[in-house]
Amino acid sequence: MEASTELFINAIVAGLLLGGFYAAVSVGISISFGMLDVVNIAHPAFIILGSYIAYTANARFGFDPIVTSVVLSPLFFALGLLLYRIYYLCFEKRGQESLRGLAFFFGVLFITEVTLVLVFGVDYVQARTPYTDVTERFAGIDFPLRLVVPFFVSLAMVIGLQFFLTHTFFGRAVLAVAQDQLALRLMGVDPVRVKGLAFALSIATAGVAGALLIVILPVQPSIGREYIGLVFAVCVLGGMGSIWGTLVGALVLGTAESFTATFFGPSWAPAVSFGLLLATLAFRPSGLFGR
Amino acid sequence: MKFRNMLAAALGALAFSTSAVAQQPLKIGFGMSLTGALAGNGKAALIAMEQWRDDVNAKGGLLGRKIEFVYYDDQTSPASVPALYTKLMDVDKVDLVVSGYGTAVIAPAIPIMMQRNMCFMTLFGLNPNGKFNYDKYFQIMPAGPDPSVGWSKGYFDAAMKMNPKPKTVAIVGADAEYPHGAMAGARAHAKEHGLKVVYDKTYPPNTVDYAPIVRAIQATNPDLVYVGSYPPDTAGMIRAANEVGLKTRMFGGGMVGLQYASLRTQLGPLLNGVVNYEMYAPEVSKKFPFLEKIIGKYQERAVKEGVDPLGYYLPPYAYAMMEVLGQAVTATKGTDQAKLAEYIHKTTFDTVVGKVAFAKNGEWASSRVLMVQFGGIKGNSLDEWKGPGRITVLEPAEYKTGTVRAPFQDNRK
Repeated sequence: MEASTELFINAIVAGLLLGGFYAAVSVGISISFGMLDVVNIAHPAFIILGSYIAYTANARFGFDPIVTSVVLSPLFFALGLLLYRIYYLCFEKRGQESLRGLAFFFGVLFITEVTLVLVFGVDYVQARTPYTDVTERFAGIDFPLRLVVPFFVSLAMVIGLQFFLTHTFFGRAVLAVAQDQLALRLMGVDPVRVKGLAFALSIATAGVAGALLIVILPVQPSIGREYIGLVFAVCVLGGMGSIWGTLVGALVLGTAESFTATFFGPSWAPAVSFGLLLATLAFRPSGLFGR
Repeated sequence: MKFRNMLAAALGALAFSTSAVAQQPLKIGFGMSLTGALAGNGKAALIAMEQWRDDVNAKGGLLGRKIEFVYYDDQTSPASVPALYTKLMDVDKVDLVVSGYGTAVIAPAIPIMMQRNMCFMTLFGLNPNGKFNYDKYFQIMPAGPDPSVGWSKGYFDAAMKMNPKPKTVAIVGADAEYPHGAMAGARAHAKEHGLKVVYDKTYPPNTVDYAPIVRAIQATNPDLVYVGSYPPDTAGMIRAANEVGLKTRMFGGGMVGLQYASLRTQLGPLLNGVVNYEMYAPEVSKKFPFLEKIIGKYQERAVKEGVDPLGYYLPPYAYAMMEVLGQAVTATKGTDQAKLAEYIHKTTFDTVVGKVAFAKNGEWASSRVLMVQFGGIKGNSLDEWKGPGRITVLEPAEYKTGTVRAPFQDNRK
């Protein structure tokens, strides 16, 4: 294969792998922000919490971080239920969710970060797995397993979520909450309960995304802040509340970033990604898959 | 009689107030990265500074006054620095100020110091005073009077001793203060040695995957790859070089993070062949006997607090920064900022990092940055790094223990 063709295909593959990871960190925001209208700015902090829990299990007992995160996802689900309950009682029920709710989640973000600093210290940590430093190569195309494994896990999580939301009663109720809460209430369903469960689901995805992150990169307690802009950009690009949109938006941004880094210079990558977002919103204000 | 009583009362009050002043603590203020990207180093530096404070206070303090630190977390955010130092001086009324760790948080503090005419001791900034030329600025980092150039001198000196001589270089680094300075130095060396720069680009600090960058570099087929990076991107670049199978003769140079235990143990054998700057190597420990004065105590506390358990990189220099300030306060018998600056300019200080003298611009008068190559690393244990055997010192000549093993990829077989 010619060098330039190889470079081109490698850029696409690297972009898709990166996009897969972006989808995992964004899909929770797509549920909470896109479907439930809860601006959970603390979502990245829960991702980092997931990273540290997976790291602890990996460093102390040698458990695979991703398997750990899946096993412990009910804990994150329960944490999400609790958090939403507090948010609902203190803000949403009183109609004060817009500004005070935002401040609440900022507070949760900082408290989570400080707790992580106190418990784990401030040094960078990374999980060690048998596949972390392995790269498979086919016809000149690199497949680093530290990105390939998270890509497939992310894909499974996103497809699973989409299936769950469209093929189960609860999933349809979540979609209904996003569209018309009153209609849902008239059908005899409690929208607050549905929102609580859906929010908990979004936090459970953060736990898994955290494990993917610590397989890919070293992590420190406040690193999550660096991804706040990105996760919201993916959601908006894909279309608020659309799970497929989140996946496609993440793959588009990942590929754009990889392409720009390879052929034009990596410092242009954010400009190209956000330029793409602006252009999409100019022609489709509701995002790629938004209604 | 009445007059004598009044005089006695006045003298008594004066004596009381004088002793009260003498007992007031000497406040030293600073911002330090206790959270954020550089918190690992910030906390390590703080431990060493507190060690100095405790050592001095155990001997009665400075000028008979106990040392008290007033510090805030700058969150590794340059934007928070000006307000933080203004508060230290206006609200907390500190007597002296020093910097936090790193170029990114030193640079925004310098204009504040210039406005207030404060003597400013700083810790590990790569030429932040280059554009300000503030005469009361001093730096604790052994990069010499032209730090940007001194920082990468060893890398290019070692490279130009290879046979055949390299002809091309790729320069890459993060979009941040320190990497910009390191890359500027690398460009100056490339020009001096007649090297053709075939790649010269920066990347955003929150990049996740560095493989596309390394592939773009590989496409230019450079003889040398110089990297100026912070810890997360250092790990990313090294992993990407491994994944892409980077073929070059020398790789590394200005990567922050490889000096301390967490990244060394995370990356393990991936470090084989990487050439990078260092402040210390066990292989030349006999040339750094002074470090032992503080390192034992530091390591004891560092393990408990979850920061760099080795501590050879930053903590001794943080301790030395405080030693210089303390010695200047003692010698000038006060905290007059002009006198302190004048004294620091003209004096050679005895510190835990050896003798320290400052050039006119406040940087170290001479360079002592080691350029080393990693090799023979078999696993990810911390024990690999506790003794000699993993590091070859390439430059400067007086510390040299070997020559470059090139090409880079052959070190990884």
